[in-house]
Amino acid sequence: MTNHWRDLKNADLILINGANPAEAHPVGFQWFVKAKLDPSRGPGQGGGAKIVHADPRFTRTSALADTYLRIRTGTDAAYFGGLINYVLQNNLIHADYVRDYTNASWIVKQGYSFQDGLFSGYDKTKRTYDISTWAYETLPPANPGDTFARRDPTLQDPSSVFQLLKAHYARYTPEMVESITGIPKADFLKVAALVGEMGKPDKVMSIVYAVGLTHHTTGGQLIRSAAILQLLLGNVGRPGGGVNAERGHANIQGNTDHAISWEILPGYMKIPAPGQRTLDDFVAQSAPKKSDPNSWNFFGTNYKNFTVSLLKAWFGTAATADNDFAFNFIPKPAVNSSWISIFDQALKGNMEGLLLSGMTATSIGPDSNQVLQGLAKLKWLVVMDAFATTSSEFWRAPGQKPAEIQTEVFMLPTTHWIEKEGSFVNSGRWAQWKDQVIPPQGNARHDHWILADLFDRVRKLYGSAGGKFPDPIKAMTLQYADPLKPTFDELAREINGKDLTTGKQMASFAALKADGTTTAGNWIYTSSYTESGNNMKRRQGVDNPAANDPTGMGFYPNWAWSWPLNRRILYNRASADLAGNPWDPKRPGIKWDGTKWVGDVPDYPPTMKPVTQDPTAWLPFIMNGEGTGRLFSNSMVDGPFAEHYEPIESPIPNPLHASQSESPVAFLYDQAAGRPNRFGKPEQYPYVATSYRLTEHEHYITQHVPLLVGLQPQAFVEVPKELADQKGIKNGDRVRVSSARGILEVAALVTKRLGPMTVGGKKVYHIGIPIHWGFVGIAAERNPELAKHWLANALTPFVGDANSRTPEFKAFLVDIKKIE
Amino acid sequence: MAVKRAGFFTDTSVCIGCKACEVACKEWNGLQGNSPNLLLDSFDNTGQLDAENWRHVKFYERMPDQANLVEQPASTGGGQAFLMMSDVCKHCQHASCMEVCPTNAIVRTEFDTVYIQQDVCNGCRNCISACPYNVIGFNQATGTVHKCTLCYDRLQNDLTPACAKACPTESIKFGDVDTLHQLADARLAALQKQGYSKAQLYGRDDKVYGGLNAFFLLMDEPEVYNLPNRANAVLPSRNNLPGYLGGLATAVVAVIAGLIAFRRRGESEETKA
Repeated sequence: MTNHWRDLKNADLILINGANPAEAHPVGFQWFVKAKLDPSRGPGQGGGAKIVHADPRFTRTSALADTYLRIRTGTDAAYFGGLINYVLQNNLIHADYVRDYTNASWIVKQGYSFQDGLFSGYDKTKRTYDISTWAYETLPPANPGDTFARRDPTLQDPSSVFQLLKAHYARYTPEMVESITGIPKADFLKVAALVGEMGKPDKVMSIVYAVGLTHHTTGGQLIRSAAILQLLLGNVGRPGGGVNAERGHANIQGNTDHAISWEILPGYMKIPAPGQRTLDDFVAQSAPKKSDPNSWNFFGTNYKNFTVSLLKAWFGTAATADNDFAFNFIPKPAVNSSWISIFDQALKGNMEGLLLSGMTATSIGPDSNQVLQGLAKLKWLVVMDAFATTSSEFWRAPGQKPAEIQTEVFMLPTTHWIEKEGSFVNSGRWAQWKDQVIPPQGNARHDHWILADLFDRVRKLYGSAGGKFPDPIKAMTLQYADPLKPTFDELAREINGKDLTTGKQMASFAALKADGTTTAGNWIYTSSYTESGNNMKRRQGVDNPAANDPTGMGFYPNWAWSWPLNRRILYNRASADLAGNPWDPKRPGIKWDGTKWVGDVPDYPPTMKPVTQDPTAWLPFIMNGEGTGRLFSNSMVDGPFAEHYEPIESPIPNPLHASQSESPVAFLYDQAAGRPNRFGKPEQYPYVATSYRLTEHEHYITQHVPLLVGLQPQAFVEVPKELADQKGIKNGDRVRVSSARGILEVAALVTKRLGPMTVGGKKVYHIGIPIHWGFVGIAAERNPELAKHWLANALTPFVGDANSRTPEFKAFLVDIKKIE
Repeated sequence: MAVKRAGFFTDTSVCIGCKACEVACKEWNGLQGNSPNLLLDSFDNTGQLDAENWRHVKFYERMPDQANLVEQPASTGGGQAFLMMSDVCKHCQHASCMEVCPTNAIVRTEFDTVYIQQDVCNGCRNCISACPYNVIGFNQATGTVHKCTLCYDRLQNDLTPACAKACPTESIKFGDVDTLHQLADARLAALQKQGYSKAQLYGRDDKVYGGLNAFFLLMDEPEVYNLPNRANAVLPSRNNLPGYLGGLATAVVAVIAGLIAFRRRGESEETKA
């Protein structure tokens, strides 16, 4: 989240897309309720906000929304695109903000184009873009190395980002929105009128999303479309505004921050790439570059400081100026190593073994049957989990032949989070320390103790038996009282980092250096554990709002700690105008008090004067090269503006450009590996399916919790009443749902909460597929015959988003039949 | 800070059907729940209040046929398209269960709640038949009846009952009944101001079984939630004349109808023969 949970109460309007917070985030949903409650309380006090929920299904969230719109899954870029067009055509944007705080005035260089669904630079054979034309026209450098862009503050230049944006979204008329999304024009315009109000400086809107936007081959761009709308309305950086991702588990934000994804180092720095022989090569190719003299480019400027401090944390005294601070100890992956790629490699027989920690490959999919084949090709599989999973038991999955599977499976019992202390980082970036509830049961060990033990044995093997490149393994720092059992406190201190000269904990990442005198295990967490102690343990909360929330804006600065630097709202310099006055005095983020910025922890130098008093003051968005919010961005590999593409399996051709219906750069794993694509056509698979979780279960693990199994005892799918009537399906009947990849045999929940919609002139229905079941767990053990085909991801396609390789769990085609 | 008259104000307008109350109640009170049963009554698979379920979230899907747009409040939805309500023992002022209990096992506590003393209950089950809300259930293992105690043990220790403690949206509010009445009145006024004209309080006044310590804010008529409306929510003993007259009339009709039925059966058997 750019903002945080509590901040939702500051909104006038909340758009929820690709999310179902009442069911998936019931505790967080209290803030939506508080935003709505008593209209007489007024803005900022929690009251009178309107909620618009756009979703294929009328859910428990819709029940409490002011407006529900039935939208076809995966078409949110068209919905937001329509809203972008509406606010541009009707001049409802926040004009000052757009001019001064976004890159609307940057001039894009000649050669950029968008035609028939393709941006310039497309290579059809490689299915990738050469993005060199998605760049700014640069001014002749005043100093060597300058890469400043030409700008037109009038926004009239036809090559300005603003004019290109306007032209790009002019195609997203209300009629086009209706044709793509299924939202009737009149209904869309009702919502557009509400949204159009939100460009006024004294109004503010929040956009909330979850994996309903992410889990598409267009996931990155669906979210980009929301961000563009928010920038146009001047709602980024402000209390009650922002683009807010609800994260899936209690600590998935922490996972991401600490580089659970293969393509980043901790703190969102890029993983080094082959060919980067030196630290300087890496920094030059990875750090953002200034495109305006008034851009601070804080991230780019500090990239080397952060990298060296990370290397010092990892490799200690072995990282010296002479060896480039051990830069070459970090792997430089030559191939994509994301999650589907791992199973793709297993399927190709390229992998010997796999360690699964806290994830169950079989259930998670996509294309569970293909994942099962991949697992069966491994020599060994280690599953670290608190319970048996469909991966630890994969060899006995219905349809598998255990006698033919040679994979040796090791099940290592690990602690569940209630059995350990540590931090949870919530969606709002708050790192909150928690206590151990019960001691580890049975033989359970912490995952990281298992890894430490493994590491120790591998290191000893390198010592006794040698190896190709033992240096990184030998040099790795393990400065813990017991290197086999690092404590969470030790890890938290290490992540924060210290000054090697004084031995003191670092207080801010601004002081990190590239000379090897500082460490930081993750620069964005620097200041979480300072000399004054573990700030994540702070608990000055709602028991005393007057003392603990002095601004009344819900920041509670001494409750836990949020990254970066305990800042509660990212980009908050943009919450005030050029002179430093809040756009809305009732809802200040930060403001200039004459000598300093006050309010939230400023996302800006604390005493830098506003630009009206100092023309050299930095632009508001200090982290990127532009210094402004990016309406046009070259950091996505699938387009500088968000565009609607159909899911890989779609019931209709793309109404915008049928010749380029789906994303031209979506990654088709089967095709790339020389296997046949297995995609269904609407003629055989006429219904749109979308998968999701229910409030009663937590992914797959709660299949082991009797009381929760009682609440939702068996696998089912949601079937629209109208379709069920046509198919002779009654509530509770067993049905077979099939895709081009697999089948699901479950009960039908017949409901009017799903219904027909018309897209591209065609009537379509959605089938709703909860994901929680498989062949493991209480319900499955009790009903083994019924549970043979309970893996929802048996249906989903083996494809990924071009940016992140996230699978398309939320939109694919199926057929459904009653099992007689 | 112990409450004098303990109660729940269950505000269904902010219930999200998460069932945290059901689970928290079972966890605290050591209830196992019944054996899992796939009901698929919308999202409900619990089915009813009984000896093993002291909170039960009910779902009522009242979607219009064409629901591409639902505006609430508006003609299509009216905030009533998908109703959720966490049901519980009402702790009635005129408690039918207490009236019929032959052993005085069911008592009113010092917190003004209705409580079944397990060591006094003889398992006759009169209360099960008498309860107008089908709250009470019989446990074969203990041979006694059970229902919500309003967490009597927690009240004795100044703790909020488990369900209210767990409710993420404060749909279940616990407190002194008088305070809850004030909260409820303010909430109802706010909703009515927003145009939710059917929003109403149920059991807040004495029209429903003399007043309910566990009362509700409903978004539609009580009948929609399978609750007796005000006209029916009275004990026979408090409204006895029409009740007796009605009973007498019914009895007369029944006897006559029975006689006729017997005669007819005789006729048809004769005809068949």
